[in-house]
Order: sequence, then structure tokens, then C-alpha cells
Amino acid sequence: MTPEWQDFVTGKWDREVNVRDFIQRNYTPYDGDESFLAGPTQNTKDLWAQVLDLQKKEREAGGVLDMDTKVVSTITSHGPGYLDKSKETIVGFQTDKPFKRSLQPYGGIRMAEKACSDNGYEVDPEISEFFSVHRKTHNAGCFDAYNPEMRACRSSHIITGLPDAYGRGRIIGDYRRVALYGIDRLIADKEEQKASTGRVMTDDVIRLREELSEQMVALKMMKEMAASYGCDISKPAANVQEAIQWTYFGYLCSVKEQNGAAMSLGRTSTFLDIYAQRDLKNGTFTEEQIQEFVDHFIMKLRCVKFARTPEYNQIFAGDPVWVTESLGGVGVDGRHMVTKMSFRYLHTLENLGSSPEPNLTVLWSTRLPIAWKKYCAKISITTSSIQYENDDLMRPVHGDDYGIACCVSSMVIGKEMQFFGARANLAKCLLYALNGGIDEVTKKQVGPKYRPVTGDVLDYDDVMSKFIDMMEWQADVYVNTLNIIHYMHDKYCYERAEMALHDKNVKRYFATGIAGLSIVADSFSAIKYAKVEVIRDEDGIITDFKTTGDFPKYGNDDDRVDDIAQEIVHKFMTAVRRHHTYRDGVPTTSILTITSNVTYGKATGNTPDGRRKGQPFAPGANPMHGRDTHGAIASLSSVSKLPFNDAQDGISNTFTIIPGALGKDDKVFAGDIEVDLNK
Amino acid sequence: MTAGRIHSLESFGTVDGPGTRFVVFVQGCPMRCAYCHNPDTWEMNAGTLMEPEEIIAQYHRNEAFYRNGGGLTVTGGEPLMQMDFLIDLFTLAKQDGIHTCLDTSGIAFNPNNAPLMEKYERLMPLTDLVMLDIKHIDPEKHRDLVQQPNENILKFAAYLDEKHVDMWIRHVIVPGWTDDDTYLYKLGYFIGQFSNLKALDALPYHTMGETKYEKLGIPYRLAGVPAMDQKTLLEKKKVILDGIRERRAEK
Repeated sequence: MTPEWQDFVTGKWDREVNVRDFIQRNYTPYDGDESFLAGPTQNTKDLWAQVLDLQKKEREAGGVLDMDTKVVSTITSHGPGYLDKSKETIVGFQTDKPFKRSLQPYGGIRMAEKACSDNGYEVDPEISEFFSVHRKTHNAGCFDAYNPEMRACRSSHIITGLPDAYGRGRIIGDYRRVALYGIDRLIADKEEQKASTGRVMTDDVIRLREELSEQMVALKMMKEMAASYGCDISKPAANVQEAIQWTYFGYLCSVKEQNGAAMSLGRTSTFLDIYAQRDLKNGTFTEEQIQEFVDHFIMKLRCVKFARTPEYNQIFAGDPVWVTESLGGVGVDGRHMVTKMSFRYLHTLENLGSSPEPNLTVLWSTRLPIAWKKYCAKISITTSSIQYENDDLMRPVHGDDYGIACCVSSMVIGKEMQFFGARANLAKCLLYALNGGIDEVTKKQVGPKYRPVTGDVLDYDDVMSKFIDMMEWQADVYVNTLNIIHYMHDKYCYERAEMALHDKNVKRYFATGIAGLSIVADSFSAIKYAKVEVIRDEDGIITDFKTTGDFPKYGNDDDRVDDIAQEIVHKFMTAVRRHHTYRDGVPTTSILTITSNVTYGKATGNTPDGRRKGQPFAPGANPMHGRDTHGAIASLSSVSKLPFNDAQDGISNTFTIIPGALGKDDKVFAGDIEVDLNK
Repeated sequence: MTAGRIHSLESFGTVDGPGTRFVVFVQGCPMRCAYCHNPDTWEMNAGTLMEPEEIIAQYHRNEAFYRNGGGLTVTGGEPLMQMDFLIDLFTLAKQDGIHTCLDTSGIAFNPNNAPLMEKYERLMPLTDLVMLDIKHIDPEKHRDLVQQPNENILKFAAYLDEKHVDMWIRHVIVPGWTDDDTYLYKLGYFIGQFSNLKALDALPYHTMGETKYEKLGIPYRLAGVPAMDQKTLLEKKKVILDGIRERRAEK
């Protein structure tokens, strides 16, 4: 038996790479409350003060403190970096010092140059030349293959936010494998995988063999990088500190090489708790020490930075990394998966203060233990930093070892990945349907010259039939554009570090997305239940609407309009499913534009629901702002009716509530008069 | 079934009774409380007519949220101005085992009106909880504040006690209007006699209603009165509790 695995219950996991099996055989569900948790140590406080100081300096410097302009970032490109080596229990930065953003040109050299120049830096001309002349990038590849229609759709924003000039992200390596198995074992496993590929050299086999080789190179580089920090990760982690460190090294390698649209962590807490339990039992570490490791780990995750342009930051509202970590949930055997480590992760929000990163996501089930639910609620109220997702909905699809990439994209860790696909602007598609493919803003013929609406009053059946035709065209261009993007990304910007921590045969989700759902639903409701007259401009293009009468609005638990929203999602997904997808990707759709809804709104004209040109869309699957008049539950009910089967990549709803509207303050409200009288 | 005049429905009520509740705001109120934050519910002949069945059906759609200690609350406006509707609605609710709560000023209560009292006799067994909002304990001050007498309101509290209907007392504390310790103590002393009293909800005056007055073109009588702060509120609540204690000690 491997000495690092002392005391662990053995099983399939020690014969094959199978982290889930290890977790299921070894984890200890925790039903208690938060009273065991330890506060921050002095070292934690000192280090965090340093980070806060750097954050302040970064803000003062206009958003970027330092950028690398000479060294192309790879797993081993930079020597070790520290905040204060003597105080850090978990180490590692993307470059040789904290808050210095790395140079990652493989997604596109122009984007990398612009990210630098917009922040007052300049990429070394030799590097610019190299990536313009000698080494092609993902971005260049995409534009080589795009057809004119794709370019037109892109610039008119009917398809928008495409990952053709930046990293697609949304792939989660199983970083826990580094801790459980050590790199040597993982390399051996990859050797075996490579030896088992098909003998007939088809395109697929050639590509797979090349990728497996790349993955092995990445694994070797991981070892080298860790060694520069004085850690030997060729072998499994021997205690909880090492387990956290090894896991973090795995993650760190991926963010050294990929500036992806979402670089999520996975589902690590319950895995790591097994090590913590063992160490507590053996007296290796105290609770205070373990919390310190976790605090330092989370602190590192909060320091992940990428070089990005102001335009990018506009789409994503800031420069989020989406270090999403999924917590809790319930196992397929019925035991909940909340452990003490789940509490420790959330507790970092108390020890270090609130923060949007890492994006701590609670996989919610009605069957979670009550003490955990209460702690989540408490931390939500005090920090507003927790995201919730419905485990009861996702578990039947993904089992109990899935994680969330970005905000809602679910995938089984190490076994499934996603091709991120931005989104289709459905509100604009509706306007194209009315105008026969002419863009309402640029007046250009972007879509096909289908028959436009000719009457002055919109007719539901007529518009719906035109809309569905236009949506099929949109889905067609959209999926084909994504096919090019993912082909080129695999070719020129392959995620070797993340994929090295995946199985050989990976299920690939081919993600698409929808923006403007509530606008389209309300528009059709207005057409059906009120009277919508069109207003044409001097060119005969419909640019405005006059609506008489009231109509049901999405967000009020009213089936008359909620059914329309469901139908649109279903129709869109059906149109997407019809197409060939790159690498047999399984098509999915998301309704989750949490931040980019503002940008999409700017590019879209007046809509029949009464939204004015330029006004933001509602985020995700939210009702339009102010139209949900029946309170939160009715609003959530409308959203929850959307079919998950047709939007498996996730449906998001952004929910803000003032604490006072969540119930009475205990101190003010004497809920039990006898109790209060006896005080 | 008698339709109700409804102002609006709130599917996520967390401050109008125990648990998470489905809240029905009825239209129409004879009171003119100076601090009322829903002046848009005053007008008697406005609102939307809704059948009790419709409301119960909407409740059931999201029942899962109300199951753990929540239920249905009718507020307004003044619910007791629509007795027939209320009796029908609560009859349906009780048939389905829904916890029913009435949030009222008690202004419509009149023990001298026999036909009306017959309706109250029918309503009480259908009501699990009454949140009675006593605006002021002193008759004159009450009239100043809400332009109505408080005699029947206080009688309503006694009536609820007699009928063994659980009662929460709500009292809004407005700086300069309802924060006099003498009267707060009197209020506590008055409600301290009732054994159906289950909770005291001292509500801090806030100024969020003011903009509604501007929109409706109604002069706002409390213009310039500051919101009640929590520290003072807790002191004032203590005075009421002292009154309750005193009365209970006499028993």
C-alpha cells in the first residue's frame, strides 16, 4: 500500500484513477454546526493585509499593478512568487510575483497586445512578431475559416460574446487527482491511454495521440513547477496541507496557461476533508492549522488575475475569473456530502471578509442537514457572497461528483468538459423576423431575406412562425461558427494542463446560450394579449411599436406568458440539436447572461414588449426589471418552469433582497411574548 | 362566493405573520393613519375583483414555500370591510388546512350591529391568528392620528380574547406621535389583560411611504418626521412590555 494512503478505505480508486470512489468510501458527513470553526491566525491576518494593500495599489494604478510583456506564460515560465514566504502555508502565484498579470498570446496576439496597451504596457515586439508570423493563434485560425455571414452576425451582435479572441475556459481539471495520486501515477496512466488508442490513423486518433502527448508534457512541467516551490508532487499528498497544496498546484498550472472566460476549481472540499479528518485523528494538525491552510488557499484563489481589455471587462462586468467551487450536495446513495471542510470554505468569508472570488457555490438540496442550511443562510446574509444551485435537479443528470464551471455549467469532474459558446441574441432575432433579416440598428441585410411583416398590427401566429424560421437560421450560423471556434481552440490553444487531469474519453458538452428570453416572451405576450402596432422609419424598417392594453408579463407565475417562454427555449434547443457539432459535442443551452445583458441591450433596438433601444436585457432568465409584481416566489416560479432538459447548461436567476424583507429582526420582534416578558 | 376587491398579491411575505406567507392586500380602508405607507389602498371602489377560488388556486401553485409554518395573510387596506369575501376565502383555506392570518386595524368591528356580529361569529373559527394594529391607546390622540375613534378597536381585542383567537399586537412607533412613554405603558397595561396575546410587534416608523403620497397628490402629514431608529425602538418596546408585566402581576 502506498504510504500516503495509510488509514484510507481501499477500493476501485487505488487500482484506477477514480477520485469519486475514494471520496465515497472515505468521507465523513458532518451534521453539526459551525461552532468548531477557528478564526484567522496572525499569519493569515498579516498576509491578508498584504493582499488588501496590493488590491488598493492596483486600484490606484487604474486596475492593473504589473504586467508581463516579455515572457510567454507556461506552467514553468516563471520562478516562484511569494507574498511572505515565512508566513504562507500554501504557496504559488501565476507569475514570479503577486498581482503581476501573465502574458498569454495563444488565444490571440492582438487581444494580448491590446490588453497590455490599454493598461499602458507594450508587448515585446519580438513576441508580437513571433505570434503574428511564425506561430498562429486561435483567433487567427477562426478568422481564416469564418465566412462573410458569420462575420456579419458577429459584428451586428445577433450572435455575441463569441470566444474567438480569448480563451473559452469552462473546463475544470480534476485537480484533486494531483493530490490523491501524485504526478508519476498520472503520467503512467496517460502512457497507458496513449498505448490504447486506435491503430488506424484517422484524424480523430491522430489528434488524440497528439493531445495525450501534450498532456504528459504538461504533467511533467507541473512537477517541475512544484519543485521550484520546494514541493515534490510526483508522489501523492501525505497530509491535508499537502493535499491542498497539490490540488492548488494543479489549478495553478491551468491558470498559468489559460486565460479562460471561466477558470473554475471543481468540487474539492469534501475530498480534502478526508485528509483533514485523518490528520485531526492522528494529531498531525489542529483545527486552527487546518483552517489556516484553507484560508491561505482561498487567499491564493482570490489573487488569480488575467490580462484583459476594457471591452472584455465590459462584457463580463469587471474581470471575473469564475473560480467556482461547488460545496455540499447529496450523494447518489442518499448521504449528504457536507463535511467540516465545507464549513471551513464558507468560513473564509468570515476570516478574510466577503469576496466574489472564489465563487463559492452551494449545491442545494432539501435533504442537506439543517445546521449547514442555517450556516449558509447566515453567511449569505452577512456577506452576500454565496451562489446556490439546485442539486436535486442536476444530480439525476450528473451524479454526485459534478462541479460548476463559471456560474451554472454543470459537468462531472474529470469526465466531462464543455465547449463554451457565448450566446444568441433572441431579442434581436425577433426584430430580424419582423424586418426580413435587416438589422434594425445598422439597416444592413444580415439575416436571410425572408418575408418581413407587412401589416400595421402584429399578429401572433404570423410573427411566431416568422420568428421560428429566423431562429432556425440563427441557430445554424451560430452552431457553425462555434464549430470553427472550438476546432481552432483545440488546435492552437489547447488546454493541456486541464485535460491532463481528465479521463481519456471525455464527454464534451457543446454549449450554446440565449440572451433576451424575457424580452421575447413579453413581446409575444404583448402581441397576443394587447394590441401592438408597428412604427416604420423612412426606409420602411420597423423600429418602434405602439402597444395598447395590458398583457401578462413573465415573472408573475402566469402560465399565459410563462408557456411562451418555455416554448421558445424548447424551439431554440430543437433548432440547435439539428446540427452537426464539433467532436460529437452534446448540444446544450444556457440562459445565464449575468453580466453581459447590459452590452447586449446596447446593441438591440426597441422591442415590442416596451423595452427601449439600448436598454439592458434582464440578466439570465430573470423577468424584465420591475415587471414581476407578485413578489419573489411568483417571480422564481416563472423561472423554475423553464425546462432544464432544454437548457441543461444552466438557467440563472439573479436575486437581490434587502435583509429587512427576509423577515423580522430577532431583537425587535417579540415573536413569543412569554419569552420576552421573562427577559 | 363573494369576490374581493384586491389591491395586489405578494407571493413572498415574510413580515406579515409567522413563516413565509402568501399575502393578499385588499383594497379600501376607512382609516387615514398619518403614517400609512399604503395610501394607494385607501380608495374603497378601486382594485381588481377576484374570486376566493382564484386566490386559493394561486396559493396552491407555490404551496411548497408556505408549508413550514407559513400560510395565508389578508391585509390591506382593511380586510374586515369585506366580511363576506373574507368568510368565503377563509372557509376555502381552512378546508385545505391553510394557516389563516388577518392583519387588521379592527376599525370595522361594531358589537352593536347584530347582523355584522353574526358574520364575526362565523369568521372567528376560521381565523388562526389576528394581528391587531392598535394605532394609539388614547382616544383623542387616536383620532388625531387616524381620523377615527378607537373604542371599537379596543373592544375587538377583548372580543378576540373571548373567542380564543391568537392575537399579535402591532404598534407603529412614530417619533413625536406615538412614542410617549405614558401611553406606551398604558397600551401595554391594556393588552396585558388578554390571555390570547402571543406576540408584540413594535414597528419602527419609516419614511418610505412618502413618495407614494407625492405620486397620489395627497398631502403627507408626517413630512419632516424622522424615521425611528432601532435603539429607541427597543427602549419603547420595553415600556410596552413593562405595562404588560404590570397588568399580569395584578392578576
